Amino acid sequence: MRGQTTRERTTGETVVQAELVVIGAGPAGLAASLAASARGARVVLIDAATETGGQFYRQPAAGLGAGRPEALHHQWRTWERLRDGLAASAVRVLTDHHVWCVERASGGFTVHALLGPEQEQPAETHARAVLLATGGYEHVLPFPGWTLPGVVTAGGAQAMLKGQLVVPGHRAVVAGTGPLLLPVATGLAAAGVEVAALVESTGPGRLARHARALTGKLPEGAGHAARLLRHRVPVLTRHTVVRAHGDTRLTGVTVAALDTAGRVRPGTERQVPCDTLAVGHGMLPHTDLAEGLGCGLDGLAVAVDAEQRTDVPGVWAAGESTGIGGAALALAEGHIAGCSAAAHLRGTVPGPAPAAFKARTKLRSSAAALDAAYAPPAHWPEQVTDDTVVCRCEEVTAGAVRDALDLGAGDERTVKLLTRAGMGWCQGRMCQTAVAGLTGCPPAPSRRSFARPVPLGVLARHHTQEELS
Amino acid sequence: MNPLERAGARPGPAFTVTFDGRPVRALPGQTVAAVLWAAGVTSWRATRGEGRPRGVFCGIGVCFDCLVTVNDRPNQRACLVPVRPGDVIGTQEGTGHAGADHEGADDGGDSRAG
Ligand SMILES: Cc1cc2nc3c(=O)[nH]c(=O)nc-3n(C[C@H](O)[C@H](O)[C@H](O)COP(=O)(O)OP(=O)(O)OC[C@H]3O[C@@H](n4cnc5c(N)ncnc54)[C@H](O)[C@@H]3O)c2cc1C
Ligand code: FES
Repeated sequence: MRGQTTRERTTGETVVQAELVVIGAGPAGLAASLAASARGARVVLIDAATETGGQFYRQPAAGLGAGRPEALHHQWRTWERLRDGLAASAVRVLTDHHVWCVERASGGFTVHALLGPEQEQPAETHARAVLLATGGYEHVLPFPGWTLPGVVTAGGAQAMLKGQLVVPGHRAVVAGTGPLLLPVATGLAAAGVEVAALVESTGPGRLARHARALTGKLPEGAGHAARLLRHRVPVLTRHTVVRAHGDTRLTGVTVAALDTAGRVRPGTERQVPCDTLAVGHGMLPHTDLAEGLGCGLDGLAVAVDAEQRTDVPGVWAAGESTGIGGAALALAEGHIAGCSAAAHLRGTVPGPAPAAFKARTKLRSSAAALDAAYAPPAHWPEQVTDDTVVCRCEEVTAGAVRDALDLGAGDERTVKLLTRAGMGWCQGRMCQTAVAGLTGCPPAPSRRSFARPVPLGVLARHHTQEELS
Repeated sequence: MNPLERAGARPGPAFTVTFDGRPVRALPGQTVAAVLWAAGVTSWRATRGEGRPRGVFCGIGVCFDCLVTVNDRPNQRACLVPVRPGDVIGTQEGTGHAGADHEGADDGGDSRAG
């Protein structure tokens, strides 16, 4: 704890000082914190979760006393290296801190967080530099029945399994598109769930066409394929789930084959009974904190330069927040970002490990290939019936969105104003791309004012303090 | 093999919480969502508009579909909130504020921006 000070304000708010604050303790944030700390920066690492590790290295809750957590994980040795490195370092770790906003302050930045599960007690961290390693969340496009209990995101099933050692049912279908479906299917099977099918909308031909760029991924993919075989999980490529069935709970799904253009082939529908559907169509980056700071975006991700600097001086970003590419890429980017931030603070030259640049180049090109190979079926909106709920929070149906288009709405924003789609609790995180898809325009950055919900009392107090200072 | 066995879990002593009045077994470290899944429950909310059942969707605190009432506090994300012995967990009807079910009272006394 070199030189960090913590003091209590009269308001009961905790205040922490650092040189560099890293937000997000997944692979990117861990690699960044270790690199920056090893180069002499005083680092505070903040995460909303109760344990470090992020999504990929999500740890079982301590109270569960898992003696063999590695049995449900991949690449455990890398995690051990990060965990032990962190324990031996001077990095100060603040878990259970939900950051809702980062603002520029004199001489640096103020990070505003809410503490604990109830998220009411505020905490502030002041630092000269900020590194955003906030990762991403899963992307799911709507289809009839997707709001039924028993339908969960593929990553969500994985998170509940790794962090809580629970599964939602006995018989699951894993469906959608993307590399995450493989570990989810093998993870559920290893945890005793009968996996009735892995339904991937991409055809085998499309994957083969990108095979060269994917070689870095193949050994891992091959390992998963062997595990699928061992658990006798049938794999249906160029297939999709067209409907989830059930009244108050999932009882089964209808799957159908797709033609090469991504349209459902009539007459190929068949029902698969199951009580769990783990579904995902890729990932979306968390960019709220970056947008709040005024950082430029590149598509839907935070834009960064070769040193992982954003266009706001003093702000770095790494990992999935700068583009979806998996844990290994997040580690490489985190290392480069941490070295750059420390050099900036110390007035030296960055000097990250040359292997990190090589890995980043290679993994970014395979991420681009994966992205192209695993696009959701082109004609997915055709499967979305008018009575399908699109915005889960506000219960806005596809029919209402289509009516708004008939009224002349030509973009997501106008649809939102006319229908309330995207105005609910999740602030459009779950429906934004679907609304964009139904309106026929590309999803635009959403510019949310806060990354997390904030009690109005905290905002009011914050405002009064600003007026007094 | 179930996931607890597979991960070689040796949790601390189990305790009891209630869900809609009936006792449910909980383990230290579990979230409300995990306790309910382990008890075979997958829905604990009825939506404001259509009264449709919902439970966990994203599993990581982003979607707000898993809202639940814990010890009379509505709008708690079940996938994030850890259980404590004796917790009284209840299905959340609409906004969770019976009688205050109108526009602008979405979060009732627990007003939030964001
Ligand atoms: C639910 C889920 C499960 C996944 N499971 C797998 C898997 O099993 N295998 C696989 O290959 N890939 C998985 N992925 C993909 C995974 O995101 C990446 O491979 C990898 O973890 C990315 O690393 P990262 O460091 O960029 O982000 P993450 O690992 O996502 O870490 C980001 C961290 O930032 C924290 N954070 C974000 N916003 C805030 C905030 N406002 N305040 C405080 N903390 C914040 C989060 O709590 C999180 O710990 C999963 C993704 C998701 C969404
Ligand atoms: S399941 Fe999405 S917030 Fe809890």
